[in-house]
Amino acid sequence: MKTDSTDEKALLKGLALNDRNSVETIYKLYYNMVQSLIINNNGSADDARDIFQETVIVLYEKAKTGSFELNCQLKTFVYSVSRRLWLKKLQQQQKFLPSMNNLEETVPVEEEVESHSQRNSEFQMMEKALLHLGEPCRSLIEAFYLQKKSMTDIAGHFGYTNADNAKNQKYKCLMRLRKLFFAEFKNDNV
Amino acid sequence: MQDLQLLDAIERFLRGEMSPEEMASFEQLRKTNPEVDEKVVEHTMFLQQIDQFAERKNFKLTLHDVHSQLLESGEIKEEAPKATVFQMWRKYKRVMAVAASIAGITTLLIAGMATYYSQKKTGADIERLRREVKREVAQKANEVINTMQARTTKAPENTPVKFGGTGFLVDGKGVIVTNAHVVNGSSTVVVQNSKGQEFRSRIIYTNPETDLAFIKIEDADFRSIGPLPYGIRKGGTDLGEQLFTLGYPREEIVYNEGYMSAKTGYNGDTLSFQIGVSANPGNSGGPVFNRNGEVIGIINARQKAAEGVVFALTAKNIFRSLEEIKKDSTYENIRLTLNSSIRNMDRVQQIKKIEDAVFMVKSY
Repeated sequence: MKTDSTDEKALLKGLALNDRNSVETIYKLYYNMVQSLIINNNGSADDARDIFQETVIVLYEKAKTGSFELNCQLKTFVYSVSRRLWLKKLQQQQKFLPSMNNLEETVPVEEEVESHSQRNSEFQMMEKALLHLGEPCRSLIEAFYLQKKSMTDIAGHFGYTNADNAKNQKYKCLMRLRKLFFAEFKNDNV
Repeated sequence: MQDLQLLDAIERFLRGEMSPEEMASFEQLRKTNPEVDEKVVEHTMFLQQIDQFAERKNFKLTLHDVHSQLLESGEIKEEAPKATVFQMWRKYKRVMAVAASIAGITTLLIAGMATYYSQKKTGADIERLRREVKREVAQKANEVINTMQARTTKAPENTPVKFGGTGFLVDGKGVIVTNAHVVNGSSTVVVQNSKGQEFRSRIIYTNPETDLAFIKIEDADFRSIGPLPYGIRKGGTDLGEQLFTLGYPREEIVYNEGYMSAKTGYNGDTLSFQIGVSANPGNSGGPVFNRNGEVIGIINARQKAAEGVVFALTAKNIFRSLEEIKKDSTYENIRLTLNSSIRNMDRVQQIKKIEDAVFMVKSY
């Protein structure tokens, strides 16, 4: 399956909007390639899925900035990112580093991968902060900020008498979350 | 409480939910109050963080969804990673190769040693005294030996001798005792007397446990030598007793003398005892005599690490084995001699009488 550059641009645009069809297309186009890369280099099917999804996330973040200029084929970019990510993971696990034969050409993607892992660690801090928040704060925050539910819905769902009450509670939770998050952040940056 | 209001204000401000008047006053507040401004910036950043986190989470959900959906519809396939074991194999190929070869070598070594020393409690540091026979030497020596006898070889043609040892008659009619490890695994056994005459014989009893073997000469050329000059001693022997041995460490009968040095054998084995004598491969199965010319033992091994530490089976083992052999009616008339008729002779005379009854045992 070959894609020309206009297709690829459209694909990236769709990806930036979290468009399901675009994600599907990317999956169909590149999943098998990435999978054989991982499987042939000491990985499992689960590893392949993780690495592929990470790669798509990198692509997604890139596409969202809107200023992403693809200087090569999308396929090459995907391959390069996956390869880089997998090597990194292998290194962390201290496994035998396979001499990865380049079946495909690659482009340098160190920067992308680095900034991606930086963001990943930030998100992990958020995840951790949320985990420490406890209920019902966590559900409240997730309902509002993640699922983008309206305050009235949330009030009904969580059994608050009115939206204002729920809102107050939400702010209290948010303050605590902030504290937890920045504590993590400082810890991590020391 | 003020903080909460501020948070609310910031959120509404970011989402553009403020009325123009409110917005203006909020901007004014930010300008005049740097503390508030800082909070606004900080909170904006934090909300962005949450926002991105939310987006990322939602995107991941989409990814998972797509993945399982495509997997279900069969448009992507999860390749089996060549099985976990195989993967482990790939991962640790080198380590496993090294480990396997070490294990292999060790196994071979142990197996080899176990077969070699499979008799009894024989440890790795003692050596059986059967001889690996060298053909050329044997022939050469045979030429020198007694020319009176017409030399007819009884050996199977074209079969090299595997082991050589020593044996001695316990019955004048042709029953010879030797070590089991001398005849172990051989198809044909030929014995040769001190004059170089060969006789075909048959193994009638072997016991790897006691390392004793009985062979019977079955050859028309063999003439019974009548009553044996020596007896076989049932009782024990005292430390320090003088003793001598006869054997075939080479193609010639060899005499040696020594003393009883310990009442037990290797590792405290009570079936054997230790003697101080020099013994070499080929001495295995040879008789050990005390000074009265009674057989007190059968040489079977020597300690590798030490000089002059040789082990011999006690003669009592012969009696025990014979009891088993006699269960077969063919052999029930084997009679052991108990009294030595060479008791008061000098050594040279004793040997002259004895040497006819000591044979080289060659197993093919």
